Amino acid sequence: MLAATACAAFATHADAADSALDARFRQMLLDDFRARGVAGMDRLDQDDVQKLCTDTRDRPRGAAVQALLKHQQELIRWPEDGRFLGDWRAGEKLAQEGRGMTWADRPGGPTGGSCYGCHRISPAEISFGTIGPSLLHLGRDRGSSPQMQRYVYGHIYNAKAYNLCSYMPRFGTSGALTEQQIKDLVALLLDTDSPVNRP
Amino acid sequence: MRRAFLHAVGIVLAVILAKPAGAGGDEDVQDTSAGIERYRQMLGEANPAELDEARGEQIWKTAAGPAQATLERCDLGLGPGVVKGAYAQLPRLFADTARVQDLESRLITCMMKLQGIAQADIVAKPFSTSTVRSDIEALVAYVTAQSRGMPMHVPLDEPQERQAYSLGERLFFYRAGPYDFSCASCHSQDGRRIRLQELPNLTTKAGARHAYTTWPAYRVSQGLFRSFQWRLNDCFRQQRFPEPVYGSDATIALTLFIAANANGAIYNGPGIKR
Repeated sequence: MLAATACAAFATHADAADSALDARFRQMLLDDFRARGVAGMDRLDQDDVQKLCTDTRDRPRGAAVQALLKHQQELIRWPEDGRFLGDWRAGEKLAQEGRGMTWADRPGGPTGGSCYGCHRISPAEISFGTIGPSLLHLGRDRGSSPQMQRYVYGHIYNAKAYNLCSYMPRFGTSGALTEQQIKDLVALLLDTDSPVNRP
Repeated sequence: MRRAFLHAVGIVLAVILAKPAGAGGDEDVQDTSAGIERYRQMLGEANPAELDEARGEQIWKTAAGPAQATLERCDLGLGPGVVKGAYAQLPRLFADTARVQDLESRLITCMMKLQGIAQADIVAKPFSTSTVRSDIEALVAYVTAQSRGMPMHVPLDEPQERQAYSLGERLFFYRAGPYDFSCASCHSQDGRRIRLQELPNLTTKAGARHAYTTWPAYRVSQGLFRSFQWRLNDCFRQQRFPEPVYGSDATIALTLFIAANANGAIYNGPGIKR
């Protein structure tokens, strides 16, 4: 009983310290950042996914996870024409393009997928990052069935619908890429004519 | 003579690194990484940052501002005028400002107090461009070079210093913005790259030590010396965040978090980067 009370007292004390630090942190964000170009202060507001991933250091757990995944799945707008494969050449350009959405980018300027920042994709491009998995031969290895096309489209549109704390941005949900642009990227990865899949 | 040589080294490096990559796979990637490492070694003692160090020393010792004073009485934490080893013990709490400060915010304090220069004038253009060189970045080169070879020892004795560490840690893991990035998105795994740029894992002691002790640095691709505040600023830009205020508590807290994690390592800057 005594031990339990002591624990409770400690927990309360720790919570109070935590919430004081929390308040200081929020104030610090407001005081020490400023809107510039397209990057407004509202970008510092977290949604439920960002908040849970921050709180759990990207290892989400707890009752909320399934509901959040389901909600993220619902945010995906699937193409009305039911087609997923665009133009792989346009996709390659988008994959190379790393600009967009920073305070230095002009509003309405080019916004790319920054794909090579993190992934290996076409064999000719050796300047690729390794934060994400290699996508070289993706279509060859995993096929390009309608189900696979849908999966890749969904993953680019909203990676958090599949892996809640994925490092990958939600390119469709955030408005960074259009439906057609995501289709072009799906083609880059899955089209049999794409350099990604050519023998 | 030496300066001309350093300039030549910088130009050769830029040309070599700009060499178009051949078509190929992992071998080419390894070649490129190994190549960059070779050129770093080739530079050896001849880091073009030495030019900025020399310029910074001159600025340090030249009377300026309404008070026509030099910065030679500036207190960087080890007492007025002590430059040797000061950077290896920053950020820290300063009694006169009652703030935890990093090198750059402390330089602002000294320029204001000793030279009478208005803060707004100092922070208007803190980072060098291809046409205008920043005085603060040169001062940073001069001061940091005086800690080369010394062990990192960022104090965490005061409650404010410990709070800054906790705030910096929170900011490091804070995910937000249209791309959901935190610092940890790029800096919490070993051996990862963005394009060909290797990323330090700042959540490990080894990663924090290597990264922190090689900044600030001469950036070959930009032909410019870059301060740690610049490094954080450009990370936040790519994170798609709003812009951090130069020398603000948030930037100092983040700096202190990384610097304190590097404690015990031998400071080896200014460095040379891609």
